[in-house]
Amino acid sequence: MTERMIGAPVPRTEDARLVTGRGHYLDDLGAGAYEVAFVRSPHAHARITSIDVEAALDTEGLVAVYLYEDLTGKVAEPLPLLIPHPALTHGRTAYPLAKDVVRHVGEAIVMVVATDRYRAEDACERITVEYEFLPPVVGIDKAAGGEHLVHADVPGNVAAHMVQEVGDAPAAIAAAPNRLELQLDIERSACMPMEGRGVLARWDEADASMRVYTSTQTSTGVRAAVAAKLELPLDRVEVITPDVGGGFGVKIVHPWPEEVLVPWAARLLGHEVKWTEDRREHFVSSAHERGQLQTVRVGFDDEGRVLGLDVEILHDNGAYTPYGIIVPIITSTQLLGPYKPGAYRVDFRSLYTNTVIVTPYRGAGRPQGVFAMERTMDAIADHLGRDRADVRAANFIQPHEMPYDHGLLFQDGRPLIYDSGDFPASLDKLKKLVGWDDFEVFRAQARAEGRRVGIGIGCYVEGTGVGPYEGGHVQVETSGKVNVATGLTSQGQGHQTAFAQVVADELGVPFEDVSVTTGDTRRFGYAVGTFASRAAVMSGNAIALAARKVREKALRIAGEALGADPGDLEIVDGVVRVKDDHSSAIPLGTVAVLSNPLRYAFDDASKAATQFGGNADPSRPPVAEDDEPGLEGRDFYSPPRATFANGMHAAIVETDPETAEIRVLRYCVIHDCGHLLNPLIVEGQVHGGVAQGVAGALYERMEYDENGQLLNASFMDFLMPYASEVPSVEIDHLETPSPLNPLGIKGAGEAGVIPGAAVLASAIEDAEGFPITRMPIQPSELFHLRRRHAAGEIPPLRRVRTAPEEFPTA
Amino acid sequence: MTDTAPPPTTTGAQEEELHPIRLRVNGVLRTAEVPARRLLSDCLRHDLGLTGTHVGCEHGVCGACTVQVDGRPMRSCLMFAVSAQDHEITTVEGLERPDGTLHAVQRAFRECHGLQCGFCTPGFLNVIAAFLEENPKPSEEEARDAVAGNLCRCTGYQNIVKAVLRAAELRLEEQVDEDAPVEVDEVAR
Ligand code: FES
Ligand code: FES
Repeated sequence: MTERMIGAPVPRTEDARLVTGRGHYLDDLGAGAYEVAFVRSPHAHARITSIDVEAALDTEGLVAVYLYEDLTGKVAEPLPLLIPHPALTHGRTAYPLAKDVVRHVGEAIVMVVATDRYRAEDACERITVEYEFLPPVVGIDKAAGGEHLVHADVPGNVAAHMVQEVGDAPAAIAAAPNRLELQLDIERSACMPMEGRGVLARWDEADASMRVYTSTQTSTGVRAAVAAKLELPLDRVEVITPDVGGGFGVKIVHPWPEEVLVPWAARLLGHEVKWTEDRREHFVSSAHERGQLQTVRVGFDDEGRVLGLDVEILHDNGAYTPYGIIVPIITSTQLLGPYKPGAYRVDFRSLYTNTVIVTPYRGAGRPQGVFAMERTMDAIADHLGRDRADVRAANFIQPHEMPYDHGLLFQDGRPLIYDSGDFPASLDKLKKLVGWDDFEVFRAQARAEGRRVGIGIGCYVEGTGVGPYEGGHVQVETSGKVNVATGLTSQGQGHQTAFAQVVADELGVPFEDVSVTTGDTRRFGYAVGTFASRAAVMSGNAIALAARKVREKALRIAGEALGADPGDLEIVDGVVRVKDDHSSAIPLGTVAVLSNPLRYAFDDASKAATQFGGNADPSRPPVAEDDEPGLEGRDFYSPPRATFANGMHAAIVETDPETAEIRVLRYCVIHDCGHLLNPLIVEGQVHGGVAQGVAGALYERMEYDENGQLLNASFMDFLMPYASEVPSVEIDHLETPSPLNPLGIKGAGEAGVIPGAAVLASAIEDAEGFPITRMPIQPSELFHLRRRHAAGEIPPLRRVRTAPEEFPTA
Repeated sequence: MTDTAPPPTTTGAQEEELHPIRLRVNGVLRTAEVPARRLLSDCLRHDLGLTGTHVGCEHGVCGACTVQVDGRPMRSCLMFAVSAQDHEITTVEGLERPDGTLHAVQRAFRECHGLQCGFCTPGFLNVIAAFLEENPKPSEEEARDAVAGNLCRCTGYQNIVKAVLRAAELRLEEQVDEDAPVEVDEVAR
């Protein structure tokens, strides 16, 4: 038997092109295409009173200038609201180019097409737009106050209001022996892939067809949107995802205005047109996430068991809601983590502000939810003088309670039921890995050296692999090479490698013979997209099922050729053979030849196949009624509901007593995503996620001023961490396989980021001795908090009051 | 509102002056005609078709566009193409040897899973290739420092740091091999 590929740390096949500069990202394509630049609003909220393009018209290389009035047909309509929801009573989307009113800095107003980007920008500079200012609504407080409105027809700026309830939480809290209330605040951040968005469109007049390349997380979604907007039959539009330089959520939104405008202009001009987003555009005109204010009320017993939990969330959704209210829905449901909350009530309001739209960023609402829950767990532990890990353990859902039904509806509209997980085992592993029980010794040593250290912990459960489906196609060529296609896209997750591993094992072919295409609608037309840690689960399983179909067909055909019962055959290294007589064998390529009655002898395999002529029954059609020519198979995987991965992180931090600098000394991860397809890739995903978690906790925020100007819209000012800021990550895995899918896997893409803010808040609080309720936290804020603490404005933790000698004086 | 098609190459606007330049890129003499404001990054990518050099910020912070100019790492988005005249430039496409053998740092990145989306990778590879010429046996801390001027959003840098150390090993192994008599014979022939 050949070595099993699934589960092996196979180096990636995509790397060969990516380390040599032979990858093709969006802006690497379309040499000679016209290029687009936009005049974007410099104001957060204003009415456009006039646009003067006159001065731009003689710009060298100018091809076309488009305003809203120039848009035609469905392109002139508002962009679609992708995911409607009954609670989203006031969903609003933008026009591809602003019509009358702009609602955030960065909203596109004029589209300029020129022979190159430099010239397109020259023209943009010469266009004058005049505005009448409207009062900007910036920040959750302002939005909730409702004094000024982002949309004149949306009262109170409330896009959505949703309440979910299990039991009577207010009553349970009122009756509980202990009660606490927390006010929490988590700021905006963003995906910030190194490659921004970009679109290239090519109209073929003779064929009346459109080809679009776009840096997206869903090519099938963009295809359907372009077809609808340009009023083209679906089969006249193809969308191809080239190499994509990272996504992390922002590229799942579709269609972006540019994804409609660029193809529209390409058809109009009869010429290839391309737009490549620059970094400032990415900051002010793509999407952000996180921003929430939370009020948590909790009632608990003396062991720390939660009896009732009541959470109110104010969520900032930015200026429009094209992606619906997925983010706050996920916050509301995934907040519960590995715990049984007793009675639970969650109430969120999703609010408009005059800022960039808010759509999922890796973690997608979970980091906020976990922040709320884990801050609460720490507060309970402190209130009772109990160990923080023990309080968590007291609330865990136990392994024998799986599957566990929370009685809520998840993001996919299906019941929130955890399928698997062993939380006590995960916690044990984490405590060992980080040295939880020995930490006080370390703290004492550090203190003796004048150092201030703290330890923090955070647990989460992550619904992954949401439906509705993905598909896979597997085809064996007469050469024996195997072509695999799935519709979803890749942005660095190593799908070409991981899916080839699946096919190698399922079909019994050498890994090197398998090539995988993703995100190309020419190859596979049905797909949802790559988000919500779903690619490996969804497409991995779909491809496994498709490979099983091909295997079955290969065994049937080979059985006929070899005169053997298919049940006695096996496929090893691309050869079908009789299990106990290896001399009776036929290569898979030859089986592929036999699968097709039309047999031009183009290649050696076809010539060789003549020896397996068989004795075809002349009374039957060459292709049986229930059969198809070719050795290929297609199948879909559609899960009944999401599968739930989980993890627990711990961090040790040191805070400088003088400068308030925060250093992460250790960062430990226990991760359970079921079986691992490729541990190298999974660990890479965790590393990247943790870095974004640390970034969101200690460095990154979107600094809007009260006028809605994003003050730090460049890499110079937005503090994305370098290697010097990201700690070493220590990982240990627990594998509780998912019972929901054939491969027993769960998603891994987002895990690393989810508890970051919670864990570091927990650790900093532990080092400092007073509550941390607002993230991110930079040294200046910590410094400020220390002062307020010293002035008595922030009370110390209870454990400081009971053992003051163990904690620093502020 | 305004289609000025057919696309004008001249519209009466004052035309930008073009400057002929000669660059030696990956050992090959290349020529181009560029306006004074053309960035080296755009010239490499769009005039010379070397799209392996990537642009992540265009303001000198991310390092994705790093190439080597006379063996030193340089952010090609911070340099005008006209200023690169007569310099020796190495891009990611020029890291492998003419026979197709990958540079030690390219092999190390693959082995250590030092890349995910790969967009930042060419910049890192050039920084590290130049660094190892100066410091062939870095400590882990030196390795981390060496890459601390480049941004990566995917990897959390864990495996990039590992890849620096691994590349150093591979590079030294290569040099030992190259000093072996067999190779010398082959060179002599
Ligand atoms: S593109 Fe040159 S440093 Fe970012
Ligand atoms: S690998 Fe994606 S940015 Fe570095």
